[in-house]
Amino acid sequence: MLKLLKYLTKKEWLYCAISVVLIAGTVYLELELPSYMSDITTLLTTGGAVKEIVIKGLIMLACALGSAALSVIIGYFVAKVAAGLSARLRAIIFSKVQSFSNAEIRKFSTASLITRTTNDVTQIQNLVSFGMQSMIRAPIMAVWAIVIILGKSWEWSVLTASAVGLLMIVILTLVLFVMPKFKKLQTQTDSINRIMRENLTGVRVVRAYNAEEFEEKRFGQANEDLTKTHLFTSRFMVVLNPFMNLMMSGLSLGIYWLGAIIIQNANVSLKLTAFSDMVVFMSYAMQVVMAFILLTMIFIMLPRATVSAKRINEIIGTKSAILDGEGAEPISTGEVEFKNVSFKYPDADEYVLQDISFKAERGQTVAFIGSTGSGKSTLINLVPRIYDATEGEVLVDGVTVKDYKLSQINGMVGDVPQKAFLFSGTIKSNLQYGEIKGEKASEESYVRAAKIAQASSFIEKKEDKYDSEITQGGTNVSGGQKQRLAIARAIARNPEIMIFDDSFSALDFKTDKRLRQAIKRELKSTTNLIVAQRIGTIKDADLIIVLDNGKMVGKGKHEELMKKCSVYREIATSQLSKEELA
Amino acid sequence: MRMGGRGQSFDRAKDFKKSIKKLIIYCKKYVWAIVVALVLALAGTVLSLIGPNKVGDLSNIIKEGMFAETGIDMAAITKIGLTLVTIYCLSAIFSYITSFIMATVTQKVSKRLRGDICHKINKLPLKYLDGHSHGDILSRVTNDVDTISQSLNNSVASLVTSLAMLFGCTIMMFLTNWIMALSAIVSALIGFSVMGVIMMKSQKYFKAQQDSLGDLNGQVEENYTGHNIVKAFNGEKQEEQAFSKLNKKLYTNSWKSQFFSGIMQPLMSFVGNLSFVVVCVVGAVLCSNEIIEFGVIVSFMIYIRLFTSPLSQLAQIATTLQSTAAASERVFEFLEERELEDESSKTLVLENVVGKVEFKNVVFGYDEGKTIIHNFSAKVKPGDKVAIVGPTGAGKTTMVNLLMRFYEIDSGEILIDDVPISNLTRENIHKLFGMVLQDTWLFEGTIRDNIRYSELDATDEEIENACKVVGIDHFIRTLPEGYNTVFSDNTSISVGQKQLLTIARAMVENAPMLILDEATSSVDTRTEQLIQTAMDKLTKGRTTFVIAHRLSTIKNANLILVMKDGNIIEKGTHRTLMKQDGFYKDLYESQFTSKHAEVIET
Repeated sequence: MLKLLKYLTKKEWLYCAISVVLIAGTVYLELELPSYMSDITTLLTTGGAVKEIVIKGLIMLACALGSAALSVIIGYFVAKVAAGLSARLRAIIFSKVQSFSNAEIRKFSTASLITRTTNDVTQIQNLVSFGMQSMIRAPIMAVWAIVIILGKSWEWSVLTASAVGLLMIVILTLVLFVMPKFKKLQTQTDSINRIMRENLTGVRVVRAYNAEEFEEKRFGQANEDLTKTHLFTSRFMVVLNPFMNLMMSGLSLGIYWLGAIIIQNANVSLKLTAFSDMVVFMSYAMQVVMAFILLTMIFIMLPRATVSAKRINEIIGTKSAILDGEGAEPISTGEVEFKNVSFKYPDADEYVLQDISFKAERGQTVAFIGSTGSGKSTLINLVPRIYDATEGEVLVDGVTVKDYKLSQINGMVGDVPQKAFLFSGTIKSNLQYGEIKGEKASEESYVRAAKIAQASSFIEKKEDKYDSEITQGGTNVSGGQKQRLAIARAIARNPEIMIFDDSFSALDFKTDKRLRQAIKRELKSTTNLIVAQRIGTIKDADLIIVLDNGKMVGKGKHEELMKKCSVYREIATSQLSKEELA
Repeated sequence: MRMGGRGQSFDRAKDFKKSIKKLIIYCKKYVWAIVVALVLALAGTVLSLIGPNKVGDLSNIIKEGMFAETGIDMAAITKIGLTLVTIYCLSAIFSYITSFIMATVTQKVSKRLRGDICHKINKLPLKYLDGHSHGDILSRVTNDVDTISQSLNNSVASLVTSLAMLFGCTIMMFLTNWIMALSAIVSALIGFSVMGVIMMKSQKYFKAQQDSLGDLNGQVEENYTGHNIVKAFNGEKQEEQAFSKLNKKLYTNSWKSQFFSGIMQPLMSFVGNLSFVVVCVVGAVLCSNEIIEFGVIVSFMIYIRLFTSPLSQLAQIATTLQSTAAASERVFEFLEERELEDESSKTLVLENVVGKVEFKNVVFGYDEGKTIIHNFSAKVKPGDKVAIVGPTGAGKTTMVNLLMRFYEIDSGEILIDDVPISNLTRENIHKLFGMVLQDTWLFEGTIRDNIRYSELDATDEEIENACKVVGIDHFIRTLPEGYNTVFSDNTSISVGQKQLLTIARAMVENAPMLILDEATSSVDTRTEQLIQTAMDKLTKGRTTFVIAHRLSTIKNANLILVMKDGNIIEKGTHRTLMKQDGFYKDLYESQFTSKHAEVIET
């Protein structure tokens, strides 16, 4: 929690400092109030003139007004600091997440990152705003009030102290007892969310299998668990309020009761002082108790906020595995070279890729084929540095990719990932997404890209053409259209190198074929790296790399591989009829 | 979620009442528990109202006895003291029981709300679910129900006690002394009306804060989901600009609403002090005229505190109730969505079908007035294989939607064994079809449970047999916990293996007819062959509808339905269609012939 405080700006620290002074001011004024009260009480008992009472009353009101005014100013500072800190934290988390590589995103999970950016920060904001008011006020208040009443009577002091002690013990035990359950609530809410999401995404399967009842039972179980924990915590927490009320009323009764005895035993001359002391003491004792209740409230809020702070710090403290290089000048254009590249995931023992070497010249098409899990996708992900090679070197345009700035390498490579992802907005905003050398793709280039990607036909059919709306996740276009838009988006950047990670899977054959012909025709100087499942797709490639279990078992053209490489031949014969192979 | 939030600003008051009313009706089941809670709350309030009177007596006795020769009447003090102790304890117990009951009711209500939403999902037409964002529905289950539960928990009991306290206090004050009562109430009301004005002004910032938080959440969600693309396309700057714009808006709304809620408390205590002074002054005047005793003033000092605190509580409750209203509006809106037609009156049950399917003049469109399937008729003999082909976006899944009655046809009839499916319950139809879809849906549970799924009577042996037939048994056994491996996002199971699991699931279901989606994207050839063999085994002897991509499937089909732009434009066998020289021939030639063929299959 304290770690997060270092993100306060100098100005906000100043606000905090001013707030401390002002809070001390309000505490002073508020503690003045009881003495006026007691003056008024004395005047009342002695039958003082109404005029005097009015004067005292007005002074007291002035104090109250002053404290209210100060509080409003404090409120302003607190609100500014709390909201400012949380806005900054959100921004820090957001840009940190932006800098993350795939590995970190996967580690945290997207859903959790979202909660951390919004909900957890809100928790911190609540704590800071509440804390700044009470955490500063409560101790000042408590100490000051105690100092004032300390000399009055030890009997009352003992009484007050024991009330406070009892209150604290009960609250703290309660909190300690219930806290673990609060953490459980979070995970149980997650399961509710998960099962519900499964139900929604799999609604067709659920219905087709008449599994509605089965699913409702599954949900019912999670619901029951969550409710049980909720019942436990809330049934315990509701003890607090009645108990605090009881302590407060009990204390005031006790003070009177004790007061009666003290006054009874006092000297006649001291009786009146004792009486007004009693009235004053009661008000101050209430303030002390309130101060301690405020303090304990923080103890209730703190554990939750600490969990949030921890979650935020985890993000801030995580370093992206992939960092910007120094920046370098490319030596050539459109060249990709792997030099003895091996790769394994950071925590894994086994290598996913081992000793891969090849070179793609400008304008060439290099294809990668192999069974699932053979490392094809991983291999091409090393080029735009989604991951970094564990050993060996990946060179683009003659320079190790690690030397480029990330923005530099991303400007050279056009990536079409396996899963086409579109942003909400319009077709145009999607095609123009991102920037190349600090600029957006021009209209000319994205229209041309759409044509090459075979997307212009369906775009032109739409009423608003390129301004047609795309909903979140691209749910209002078909899978094939989504994929074509994703391809067009990459082409619009005029990259030197295009990466297709099995990017034609949702296309029907006709479109698929036209698309690849267009790429061949229009993007002559672009180097293509293609991951594919089918021999037909890659037969004409300039270079085919055959992968098996992360190792390169074949390298060459189709004809060569048919002769030399058994794995390739196996794949090919399973797909092609005899005549076609001949 | 964001969309829903915006429309609500109109007609707030009416919506407010309507939503709260619905919520109250929803809680009807717990009416007795709530009544008990309320009675106890009232009792507790009455007790705490007697308190000040007694404390007043106490200080009167002390003051009188102070200079009297007999001294203070300690016996009387003890008596009052003990009464007060009893009163305080009782009132604490009452208030705890009230809170306990309310907390329980609240949790039960939230549980029921969540359960009802889950139940509702199964009752809604797919048309609704396809057209609404999942995130929005999820947010209703968690966020909105949470909001309701939190506010119910805090508000209802304190609403009642506050109101009771307010009325009780007013009555007690008037009973004690009407002049002082009047002055106390007037001064308090002046203070509170000032506060009311501030609250009204600040309300919009609270709303704006929620809205901008929603907007920000949306942007963050989209950005994190598409993180790879953002990076690959150097979109960081663009995203950060969008983010910081929303973040700034949230900041502004946030500090403003925070400010207003922060100053409420100090203003409140000022009002309390104001009332205190007024009471003292008026009391002093009355006292000096010997109209009242000193004890009355002491009682009033406590009354005034009891009077102002429920007023401030009410103010807070009003704000929480506003958000409760908004949340329950969203929940009930969902619960009141039009459900699928009730089918309890349908008694016809079709079992042991031979698998004859007939389409008779079927007309269908997703949107009213936009018919995509025009007057389609076809007959499918038992055991036939029907291939559905066509380019992307041609609407091949429409056929699945109609056969399974996920969507209702506009006119015409689909018959199974000569029985119109509209005469059957959906449950019955679903039982007749096994289904394997392209997007392989599995839930987080063990592999065994996933394969057994709703066929709860399937034995472990049947499950393992199905897996053996499909050829995934060996793979499952290599997993550390075999069939008991819990499937989740982190389990490393490839798309192809998932597909095999769904085939095994269909095998266990053992339905007389089948619907298959043959797409084999992102699957390597070896796995694809496995899948193919598994599917062939599955379709043996069953009437099968296949969304086909493989040449062999298409060539062997007894009937091919060619779809384009949603409509079925040609039908026949491979041979007859080739002769027709139409769209099918064109499609076929572009894909499966010539030397450049994308040799996808054989």
